[in-house]
Amino acid sequence: MVTLTAPEATAPALDGPTVVDLAGAPVRDLNQALHQGAGGQSWTITNPGGKHSLAVGINADVSVTIEGHAGYYAAGMHQKGTVEITGNAGVGLAENIMSGTVHVKGDASQSAAATGHGGLVVIDGNAGARCGISMKGVDIVVGGNIGHMSAFMAQAGRLVVCGDAGDALGDSIYEARIYVKGTVASLGADCIEKPLRAEHLEELADLLAAAGRTDNPADFKRYGSARNLYHFHVDNSTAY
Amino acid sequence: MCGIAALQLRNPSLHPQMGSLLSSMLCQIVDRGPDSAGLAVYNTPGLVAPGTSTLSLLGRNQGMATADITAGVAALLASDAAPSVQVVGDTTLVSAAVGTDLLVKAVSETLPAATIIGRGEHVAVMKSVGHPMEIAAEHGLEAMAGSQGLSHTRMATESAVTAGGSHPFSVADDLCLVHNGSFSNHATVRRELKREGMVFDSENDTEVGARYVASRLKQGDTLEEALVNLGKVLDGFYTLVVTTADSMAVVRDPIACKPAIIAETGDYVAMASEYRALAALPGIDNARIFEPEPGKVYTWSL
Repeated sequence: MVTLTAPEATAPALDGPTVVDLAGAPVRDLNQALHQGAGGQSWTITNPGGKHSLAVGINADVSVTIEGHAGYYAAGMHQKGTVEITGNAGVGLAENIMSGTVHVKGDASQSAAATGHGGLVVIDGNAGARCGISMKGVDIVVGGNIGHMSAFMAQAGRLVVCGDAGDALGDSIYEARIYVKGTVASLGADCIEKPLRAEHLEELADLLAAAGRTDNPADFKRYGSARNLYHFHVDNSTAY
Repeated sequence: MCGIAALQLRNPSLHPQMGSLLSSMLCQIVDRGPDSAGLAVYNTPGLVAPGTSTLSLLGRNQGMATADITAGVAALLASDAAPSVQVVGDTTLVSAAVGTDLLVKAVSETLPAATIIGRGEHVAVMKSVGHPMEIAAEHGLEAMAGSQGLSHTRMATESAVTAGGSHPFSVADDLCLVHNGSFSNHATVRRELKREGMVFDSENDTEVGARYVASRLKQGDTLEEALVNLGKVLDGFYTLVVTTADSMAVVRDPIACKPAIIAETGDYVAMASEYRALAALPGIDNARIFEPEPGKVYTWSL
């Protein structure tokens, strides 16, 4: 185990994973060390205690395991490598993820993978409200349910929900494909059910496999944009 | 922001640790509201006692020596009321073996300028301006025993940073309410409650919520019904925790603007704004941890 005490601290080269105990080490030092990490390194973070901003901005192909519950903005701005959280994650998990993989074994709070441009975010449990809000290319697979206003103003990417979706799913969606296995409480403005064609079954099977899930793609329904809000409609002129 | 940490102890063997557990939770929510804070503790020996009513008064200095307050209150009550007065941190507690209403009358007559911030047989309420951990230390939270505890750190938005504007608001016997968020139509609801005869102590939006809940309970609502009705009448953002002599309730507004997380074990129910406030609780690794659903009222009774 290493104790990180200085911002310039980096992990010593070890054969096994580098263990950082956050009961003692400051989060800032951990993140600094992760930023300076080299590809192929493996890190284990113990006693996260719900602290905020854990493992944010990783830009090396490292593998990080957070043993326990993370606070707000865990694995935000993720670029490369894998972050696994064995417990729950707080608000804003993997916010603005660019690429790489973030995997939460428990639940995620609201705004998971918000504005994500790429990469894969897997949540084995439930996700709260606003999951994938303004998603711009990220793939999200949720094992349980998602809360209201998820995929609000989604622009690109795929959102897969193996449980139920809350109210106003895909409200004001531009693009992005949404797959839900369970029920949808209500669809948001301009979000409609669409046919599940062969190419959708194929991409859904790939996403489920990437998330380590065994759900049958044929059990899902697909939702997406009706594309009625793209342009101003003259009939609405009196509304302004 | 604003931070909330609340704890209901189901296992009486944990009662001696109530204050230290609540203190460990409170220190993790200081960042959310560092300007002022408040505490409510239930069944804490030394602060309240069975068979007596206790009033919590804002401030340690009431402009009168405690012996004179005791004598003044005693003169207005029956001879067996045996009133007592003590100063705890920045709070003055007045107790007597009479009903709360009678004690309120006697105290209001003796100390017309006093602000009553807590009342009942089971609860003591303490609040002040300053760093929340200093406020907790001044009042000796760490050493307090009890069955329930409620704490709030405030980042003031709707009214000034004053001790009176700190939470909890306790406006009926053993009832306390804390709020993270803001009510947007509080002035309208305040006017309606004033027409019903309610008297307000502050300009604070949360006091309106507390008085609304008290009004509904008085009209016969259960705690759950009162909070469902609050959602219909008060508009705005809120995560609320309400405690009574033997129960605790949590509700979030229907669009879930403000955070809340709950940990439940056989020994306790704990609620906080963020998980990090729950991380140090005993047995947390085996607790059922969940975020309350938007717009749903959760209640737990001892």
